[in-house]
Amino acid sequence: MKIRKIIERIFFFLLVVWAASTITFFIPRISSRNPVRERFGQLARSGGFAPADLEIIIESFNQKFGLDLPLWEQYTNYVGSLARLDLGVSMFQFPKTVGELINESLPWTIGLLVTTTILSFIIGNLMGAIAAWPKAPRWLRNLAMPFVLFMGVPPVLLAIFLLFFIAFRLKFLPLGGAYSIGTVPNLSLEFALDVLKHQILPATAMIFGSVGGWVLSMRGMGITIQGEDYVLFAEHKGLSGFTIFKDYYLRNALLPQVTAFALALGNVVSSGIIIEQLFGLPGIGTLLHNAIKFNDFVVIYGVVLFITIAIAALMVFVELLYPLLDPRIQD
Amino acid sequence: MEPALKINNLQVSYYTDAGRARALDGVNLTLNPGEKLGLVGESGSGKSTMALAMMRMIKPPGRIEGGEVIIGDVNLTTLSEEDMLKARLSRIAYIPQGAMNSLNPVTRIGAQMVDAIKAHDTGMSKKEIIEKSMESLESVDLKREVFKMYPHELSGGMKQRVCIAIGILLEPQVIVADEPTSALDVITQRQVMETIDKVQDKLGAAIILIGHDMGLMAQFVDRVAVMYTGRLMEVSSVKDMFTRPKHPYAVDLIHSLPNLENKGVFKGIPGVAPALLRLPSGCSFHPRCSQAIEICQKDTPPYQEIEDNRFAACHLFQEKA
Repeated sequence: MKIRKIIERIFFFLLVVWAASTITFFIPRISSRNPVRERFGQLARSGGFAPADLEIIIESFNQKFGLDLPLWEQYTNYVGSLARLDLGVSMFQFPKTVGELINESLPWTIGLLVTTTILSFIIGNLMGAIAAWPKAPRWLRNLAMPFVLFMGVPPVLLAIFLLFFIAFRLKFLPLGGAYSIGTVPNLSLEFALDVLKHQILPATAMIFGSVGGWVLSMRGMGITIQGEDYVLFAEHKGLSGFTIFKDYYLRNALLPQVTAFALALGNVVSSGIIIEQLFGLPGIGTLLHNAIKFNDFVVIYGVVLFITIAIAALMVFVELLYPLLDPRIQD
Repeated sequence: MEPALKINNLQVSYYTDAGRARALDGVNLTLNPGEKLGLVGESGSGKSTMALAMMRMIKPPGRIEGGEVIIGDVNLTTLSEEDMLKARLSRIAYIPQGAMNSLNPVTRIGAQMVDAIKAHDTGMSKKEIIEKSMESLESVDLKREVFKMYPHELSGGMKQRVCIAIGILLEPQVIVADEPTSALDVITQRQVMETIDKVQDKLGAAIILIGHDMGLMAQFVDRVAVMYTGRLMEVSSVKDMFTRPKHPYAVDLIHSLPNLENKGVFKGIPGVAPALLRLPSGCSFHPRCSQAIEICQKDTPPYQEIEDNRFAACHLFQEKA
């Protein structure tokens, strides 16, 4: 039964990925716009080369990207290359493959956005749980208040504020970039510290922007759970406050938060685009932003597809994880 | 015989914005080992408050303001917070009302028994703790396998049995059962009550059964205590209470029970129970009492022995004391 369920989930996962990739494939082609023509048209208008050669160049690039083939053949080629995990070649950063580009950007996105999302989740839920726990000391319960207030401030605004005061005026931390200009990425401690220094401000902006949401939702859950009979009965059993908090209260209040957490992780790229831009970090968000800017449609599809797969995979993971967290959910 | 439980002049108040509500006003009660006492009264009369006060689990804005709860030779009211944690379950155990939801849905029954024992200094090894838990399950007629199950895999009656099994884990001297069968069908009710009866016999513990169900009380308990507005009105043996109740409130309460001879005729008590914030002067029952005399409006009647082993708080029986 268990195995069957896993296979079922993986089948649906593949179905979602296939559907998403098909939609990603057809939508731009319905519009009958040719990105190659547009790109070279732009170049020609700015006086790059003679219009006479333009058609030939466009023709050769169309051939290179397979845009001259009939639609069904383009589609089978596309699905075929996807099956080989080949996302194609970037038009703008030719001849780099989309896979390579994602590979290069991914560590930065994971390093900043995934880490801060996890940190926010832990900090926010712990503070929210404590804020709703009547036995916690008052100062501890109020610790979450500033974060809730910061919820009203968009992370971007906070980021600009941090950049201006801490990086620009006080010069405590670097203004942007993933690492100091002139250093070559390597595996030394020095370089690691340099990278870390560059991550402090964007990480602060991200965490302050998202902790408040976790605090509020967890606090709401906590208020419901602490009135449950099993929390009361745990007290009747003579358990210590800490055991009740950990095993009876937090454990149950956290359940719906896990789903929200997976969704937040899936949305990491879209919620981080502006922060990555603002701080000049070469993550997936920046990759997508540049691809859109330069109409590099192969990269756009690659990134969108990658995000789709990441979200779908996370959902499968959560669905398989959930029965372990909540035994009431089985089939 | 040394009493298992002695409650002396127990006082509990809730402080609300509208003022102080005396939820428990000078309750006195003595229970012998192995005795079963039924605590009855209308909703809001202070039954559950009394259970919570005995466990010292009254939460703000409520407060225990005076009196003593003595179990064996230990005065619970003077224990430190930490010692009180240890006293729960080992001296006085509570069997909850909402058995359906009283078990943590995400952990196994076993874990919820083991953590209860571990919270007390029993000096038992892990193996002994598990064995003890399984024995406890067996003593409430559940299989040992229940130890490894989750609450959602059990029926309502089984969950209530698990709660009883947890309650008797550390062999308490006093068990407080707060409407333990209110959510169960009559067949299961009977089985659960028989189980409570059986484990109580084995432990020799005193039991306080809180509830509304007079039929259940009549079958199960030795003595009945009638509570009204946080005061005990009458405490008598179950036979005396049902055949010749003394206190006018107890009389009305017994007579309001439907019986087959007068089918279709409901006899209630006129009026409604007063709010605790605005209690009438004197005896709190006097506005609804058919036998009220002048003094009832002025003085609160003392709670005293009116016959052998019968206690009541009523001016009508003053002189007999």
